[in-house]
Amino acid sequence: MFDAILNGLSGLGAGVVSLHWSNPIMIAVGCLLLYLGIKKDVEPLLLVPIGFGAILVNIPLADLMGEEGFLRVIYNMGVANELFPLLIFIGIGAMTDFGPLLENPKIFLLGAAGQFGIFLTIGLALLFGFDKLDAVAIGVIGACDGPTAIYVSSRYAPHLLAAVSVAAYSYMSLVPIIQPPIMRFLTTDKERKINMSELSSTTPASKATKIVFPIVVTIFGGLIAPNGLPLLATIMLGNLMKECGVVSRLTKATENEIANVVTLFLGISIGATMDGRAFLTSQTIMILVFGFVAICLDTVCGVLFGKLMCVMTGGRVNPLIGAAGISAYPMAARVVQKEGLKYNKFNFLLMHAVGANTGGQVGSVMAAAIMLSVMKGMGIIP
Amino acid sequence: MDNWTFGLTMLVVGMGGTLAALGALALMMGLLKKIFPVKEE
Repeated sequence: MFDAILNGLSGLGAGVVSLHWSNPIMIAVGCLLLYLGIKKDVEPLLLVPIGFGAILVNIPLADLMGEEGFLRVIYNMGVANELFPLLIFIGIGAMTDFGPLLENPKIFLLGAAGQFGIFLTIGLALLFGFDKLDAVAIGVIGACDGPTAIYVSSRYAPHLLAAVSVAAYSYMSLVPIIQPPIMRFLTTDKERKINMSELSSTTPASKATKIVFPIVVTIFGGLIAPNGLPLLATIMLGNLMKECGVVSRLTKATENEIANVVTLFLGISIGATMDGRAFLTSQTIMILVFGFVAICLDTVCGVLFGKLMCVMTGGRVNPLIGAAGISAYPMAARVVQKEGLKYNKFNFLLMHAVGANTGGQVGSVMAAAIMLSVMKGMGIIP
Repeated sequence: MDNWTFGLTMLVVGMGGTLAALGALALMMGLLKKIFPVKEE
């Protein structure tokens, strides 16, 4: 009888006894993510499920990421096969208005320059000894685009998925802190004061142009970078549904129900990959550092390209809008507007910055697609 | 393929390809706006 009671009590304590030293740390990290999401409003839709998933997977013996665990089932359902990021992309496409970009297509180029950090960071990661596929997964944090980072890392470096995802979403939310000092450092007072609303010669895009735009991007992008077609096609499908206006039920579903359900599943699955034994490594810290560097380099390249456009147009482009060439939408555009107003209170850069920002969204997807196709061309991936 | 070649190829073809692709899209968008202009009310 006494033995039975002792055995029963030992069963209750088995979880505590089985704790690895990394588990309490990761449970604390999960709590920190919950705190940031709930109290500080930092990407709450993602950080709350990620934080909770991180707590769950670090409770020993529950085996939620085991073969039959419910987190493993969700992970296999949509992360392992890259389905969830693609579904989210349909929603993003349905929520994005490419009108400001189509009004002034030249600023598409800023969306390209804002992705250069991806490729520069790949080079840096290779220099620091990461292998090719790991370096690509790290570089793609510079896309400043959560679903793209998850798509690429889950496909080619699944062991880095947790660190890459956390870095991508954390730095996206830190854009208002990261970008302004770089923007100020790289521009002169005179450049920051350029008033684009006075100089602008943009023309609005017709409804037909807005409908044809996603079709053209899909066909063109698919032809030059077929490996990234799922990324391009899903964002453009969402945008086509929005612009054509005849499938409003589907558009609303992708913007709301589908995006919400998938965000929950995606978040909790990413959290579930944050097992302390695999996550608490020097490699994770390096990935966080490289992610930060990638976003800084994106901003540097975007602003420098803005300066180039300023020179080439005879001072008609405010270089600050180059910082909006990254994909963090709409944070980067808001940062540009705020900085511009600091130096010229009659300067409204918002629509130009939103154009560059949506260009950055297409740019990040296009950069990832091109990267995958180049890798396939070199025989790095099948 | 060594890391040096891979990194350099990524830099040149990746950055150049992204810039060229978006540049081509910008031209296409300009063309689309001419084919489908905004109609006056």
